[in-house]
Amino acid sequence: MTRTATLRSANAANPGRLLLGLGLLVVVVLLMLQGFLVLRDGNLPKLANALLAIVWGVGGVAALYFTLNLVVESLNQRLRNFLQPFVFVGPAALLLIWFFIIPTFRTAALSLYDRNSEVFVGLENYITTFTDREMALAIRNNLLWMVFGTAFCVGMGLLVAVLADRSRFENLVKISIFLPMAISFVGAGVIWKFIFYYAPEGAPQIGLLNALVVSGGGQPQAWLALLQPWNNFFLILVLIWMQTGFCMVTFSAALKGVPEELLEAGRIDGASERRIFFGITIPYIQGTIVTVTTTILIFTLKVFDVVQAMTGGQFGTDVIGTQFYRQLFANRNFGAGSAIAVVLLIATIPIMVYNLRQMARQKTM
Amino acid sequence: MKSKAQSMAGQKRRSTFVLNIVLFVLCTAWIIPTLGLLVSSVRNRDAINTSGWWSVLPHQAWTKTRSFDAPTGTGDGPITIEGVSATFEQFREGVTTPDGKRLKWEGNRRLGVIQVEEMQWTMDTNFTLANYERVLAPVDARVKETLRDGSVVENPGEDIGPAFINTVTVAVPATIIPILIAAFAAYAFAWMNFPGRKMLFAGVVALLVVPLQTAMIPMLRDFVGLQINGTFLAVWLAHTTFGLPLATYLLYNYISQLPRETLEAASIDGASHFTTFLRLVLPLSLPALASFAIFQFIWVWNDYLVGLIFLGGAPSVRIITQRLVDMVGTRGQDWQLLTAGAFISMLLPMSVFLALQRFFVRGLLAGSVKG
Repeated sequence: MTRTATLRSANAANPGRLLLGLGLLVVVVLLMLQGFLVLRDGNLPKLANALLAIVWGVGGVAALYFTLNLVVESLNQRLRNFLQPFVFVGPAALLLIWFFIIPTFRTAALSLYDRNSEVFVGLENYITTFTDREMALAIRNNLLWMVFGTAFCVGMGLLVAVLADRSRFENLVKISIFLPMAISFVGAGVIWKFIFYYAPEGAPQIGLLNALVVSGGGQPQAWLALLQPWNNFFLILVLIWMQTGFCMVTFSAALKGVPEELLEAGRIDGASERRIFFGITIPYIQGTIVTVTTTILIFTLKVFDVVQAMTGGQFGTDVIGTQFYRQLFANRNFGAGSAIAVVLLIATIPIMVYNLRQMARQKTM
Repeated sequence: MKSKAQSMAGQKRRSTFVLNIVLFVLCTAWIIPTLGLLVSSVRNRDAINTSGWWSVLPHQAWTKTRSFDAPTGTGDGPITIEGVSATFEQFREGVTTPDGKRLKWEGNRRLGVIQVEEMQWTMDTNFTLANYERVLAPVDARVKETLRDGSVVENPGEDIGPAFINTVTVAVPATIIPILIAAFAAYAFAWMNFPGRKMLFAGVVALLVVPLQTAMIPMLRDFVGLQINGTFLAVWLAHTTFGLPLATYLLYNYISQLPRETLEAASIDGASHFTTFLRLVLPLSLPALASFAIFQFIWVWNDYLVGLIFLGGAPSVRIITQRLVDMVGTRGQDWQLLTAGAFISMLLPMSVFLALQRFFVRGLLAGSVKG
């Protein structure tokens, strides 16, 4: 009896609930607007402001979902079935379309205009971007990052994963290699600037690298300022230190997924450990290797923080990311900045296409 | 036969030993940078500037054992002390005796003291929390510092506390809001039918690799138009948007794998999608939600670029990474302050990471192994 009643009420429209839902929706929206104004002009003490902001942001989003759903569920079944998915997916779609997809096209359009986005200049920004000496240097450095940064992160990650897999101390090893991932690039910048610190000959060397060089009888070096273009590699070292952990953990999980029978079959056939590794293990974890490599490739393509924090792009260490930032903020040149962003985007398109084709092939949808 | 087995076992043991040595060296190399930062942050300015942080480890150094008044009335020629002859200048530099001691003349020619030093194992364990005190103190505070010569100077504080609070204000909503929005969307992608579903999901996958620089300029303009640029709201919106593709993708992977029968049973019992989502799917997805939460929290906490562009540099909203970069600019040589500031900025993400690393690793794997 009650069950039928619930079912019936679930099928038909419910004007009372609709009114209630609409009313609540208006209240939530008004409250959020009010909170927005209070926060924007915020004269509250720091901690109170922070707390209010957290409650407003998180509570507001939850309340919006709740009331929107209340409205939709009070409609009749056909309308409800049609509208409810949009309540669920709508906010995400709205944010992604409004702040991510449309801006991408707008950036492409802006890149065809002058520095103030007023005069159409065609491909001029791209021509300047690709003929500019600084930009050429930045692109070369970015390639160094992408080739050497990616190769070493992936290589070291795989090496450590394979070695740790055979050791009793696996967890300890993993945590120590993985820990730098929790550190910001800015924090890492301070850590490594201190390691690369240069004091003139004769003065106490308080930077670890120069102390090692001097105790070995060498001359102290200004690692980050001089020694171009090798200084780029000292910056890349920081990336390797931070990202090897990610590669290692991912490979480690993939290695554990290689079926023991396959390896055993190889051993029975008398294959050496090395042949088993290259003949069985590597092909088996191929998919993971591709994913990890593309992840790090994109990471190195976008690299910004570590260069900005350690050299600010000086001493011939500029990368595309720092050039973008400089065009945007130091030069206020929106045309050139957008052109650089589009170059970055185009560089990622092959990986994007690969991902989409993988998705279509796996039929995950 | 037996001896062959024994030698194989011996070989195995030896290779395990070599393996562990290699791993030990690697781990040490990976930990040393962070350790150096931590140790330096508790040493005072003089100690940092005159010796490497590794001098806190046991090492051999000249250590004063005794001293006596220097001879007076000496001429310009060699002076003999404790059976060693050298000029005054040489004694000022330190003269080594045949039995391995070092004599050093402190003070001037008339009123000097001879320090007798011996090579001894020592550790520099003079630790202090004064750096942290100064980094956290407000700008108008006068933090006292005792220099090596005994004089006391007063320094202004660096006041990074507010930047820490600002980062919390940015990071907590920028972690929870995208998860909430992404979980709803992931449920819709996995268990609901609607026009445009496939295309929208393909959009999410495509956006996974789009550099955020691509969207920044128009986004900045919209925020300026809405008059929210430089407020926390702007940076939440930015982090939420940039975090959504990965969050939706990860949660979709998890939520779409939930057993169909469980969800259908709920729907037969008359539960609406909203109730099913709230009462069933969210609790079941807790591991996936937790792993993304940790991932996003650490990402947002450590972010520099998004905060820099959408919050600007105003002291009232400045986040900790910005504050640290400012300190690198203004206090570039004051390693005692930089290391303490950097360590404070790392404290929270590192604790979260160490406490919940299991979830964190699982989240990473869900994103990369399956994808």
